[in-house]
Amino acid sequence: MADFISGFWNVYVMAIVALSILFCVFVLVSNMTKRESGPAQLHGHVWDETLAEYNNPLPRWWMYLFWITIAFAIVYLIIYPGFGTTNQERGARAQYEAEMKAANEKYGPIFAKYKDMDLAAVAADPEAKAMGQRMFLTYCAQCHGSAAQGAKGFPNLTDDEWQWGGEAATIKTTILQGRMGVMPPFGPALGGEGVKDVANYVRSLSGLAHDSLRAQRGADLFQANCVACHGADGKGNVAMGAPNLTNKAWLYGSSEATIIETVTNGRNNQMPKFGEFLGEDKVHLLAAYVVGLNKK
Amino acid sequence: MAQSKHEKIESNVFLLIVLTLLTVSVGGLLEIVPLFFQHSTTTPIDNKGNQLQVKPYDAVRLVGRDIYIREGCYNCHSQMIRPFRAETERYGHYSVAGEYIYDHPFQWGSKRTGPDLARVGGRYSDEWHRVHLLNPRDVVPESNMPAFPWLNRPAKADDIQDRMRALNKVGLHKYSEEEIAAAPAAVAGKTELDAVVAYLQGMGLALQNVK
Repeated sequence: MADFISGFWNVYVMAIVALSILFCVFVLVSNMTKRESGPAQLHGHVWDETLAEYNNPLPRWWMYLFWITIAFAIVYLIIYPGFGTTNQERGARAQYEAEMKAANEKYGPIFAKYKDMDLAAVAADPEAKAMGQRMFLTYCAQCHGSAAQGAKGFPNLTDDEWQWGGEAATIKTTILQGRMGVMPPFGPALGGEGVKDVANYVRSLSGLAHDSLRAQRGADLFQANCVACHGADGKGNVAMGAPNLTNKAWLYGSSEATIIETVTNGRNNQMPKFGEFLGEDKVHLLAAYVVGLNKK
Repeated sequence: MAQSKHEKIESNVFLLIVLTLLTVSVGGLLEIVPLFFQHSTTTPIDNKGNQLQVKPYDAVRLVGRDIYIREGCYNCHSQMIRPFRAETERYGHYSVAGEYIYDHPFQWGSKRTGPDLARVGGRYSDEWHRVHLLNPRDVVPESNMPAFPWLNRPAKADDIQDRMRALNKVGLHKYSEEEIAAAPAAVAGKTELDAVVAYLQGMGLALQNVK
């Protein structure tokens, strides 16, 4: 860190350090007084009419402690070294790098063992599962929940419904590269009544209670506006993350009011990418853990 | 009896103050003052001298940062990843001084009731942050973070231009007159939630994916 904008600051630091040490030596030497012979002298200061204090020298053992601190400072400066240079071997960065190196030597082989294994095989391995779970709780649980149960807007990973595809390799890609889920708003295009009709049609697709007249009208609007992503039969499209509307899985909720909100305002959510942050080895274990969650 | 040195100092308050100040300033002169004259603490570079993509907060992020301070987020969240494996595995690359040159004042914090936020940018979706700020229990049932439901209101930023000018004076910021002129329009229509999310999403990106 000693990247001063000019060499003056090196001299500045060294000068203050040297002067401070010399000053401490001077103070110590000037106070190493010996006790004079004869009766002890009073300090000369009287409190409360009669209280006075003897002017005795400081105890020798006490003074030696100060000499030891000075010796310590000089030895420390030489070893560290503190005189205008930085000892890279003893700095925080070197310590950190040593810590990381030791960890890589210890844990690297464990990750390497699973790296080349098939995801399904890793998913079946109990040790890999334990590792995957620990990482899941650290990196994934904030959105997907500690039991991978998901939350409103954040997918449940334990059911067998996949917005972007449930094959092992696809799940790994999702974690590595992230996903951007965008449902555009249809409120302006459809109008309030149109949105309500579509919502009723969407509910009818998965057999939920609906107004059949509205659903009938909504079917036409659905064919005109929604099939590009959700498909003519409403079964969705994993290539663009368009959810299947005919099953029991609802990312934001299946009530008429929620569906109206979704269609009117659209939805916009994102799975962050973890590839660069965690690295392929860890993502491999995480993907296997997620695959393993769906083992019936 | 002649006055001892000791007594001379003790009975002269002004001399005592001067000598005390001189003594206690040595530490600061050595450990604080030189930091103002280092490249690594005054320019956006990492500890190996590489240039970092660190820019002054834009107007919306600046508003979000002020809300972060107003709500006392720093009481529970630090913004400083220390160089230990236990921290870098969870949060990412350890923090370097050059990342903070536009932080006036620093939000390093000193306590982690919640996680460190120095590299929270891009780690969650905007939608997650909105849900989580309004009521953390909606996404993290175990969370003990307070809810901030009032953030869903228009951000008040009529003094944003003054704030930017002030930062130009006290900090290394160099907001141009055009940026300052455009600031109110950038903040207009944004909620406090939008501003805080923008601030959070911009955090620590410079070394986000560096090992």
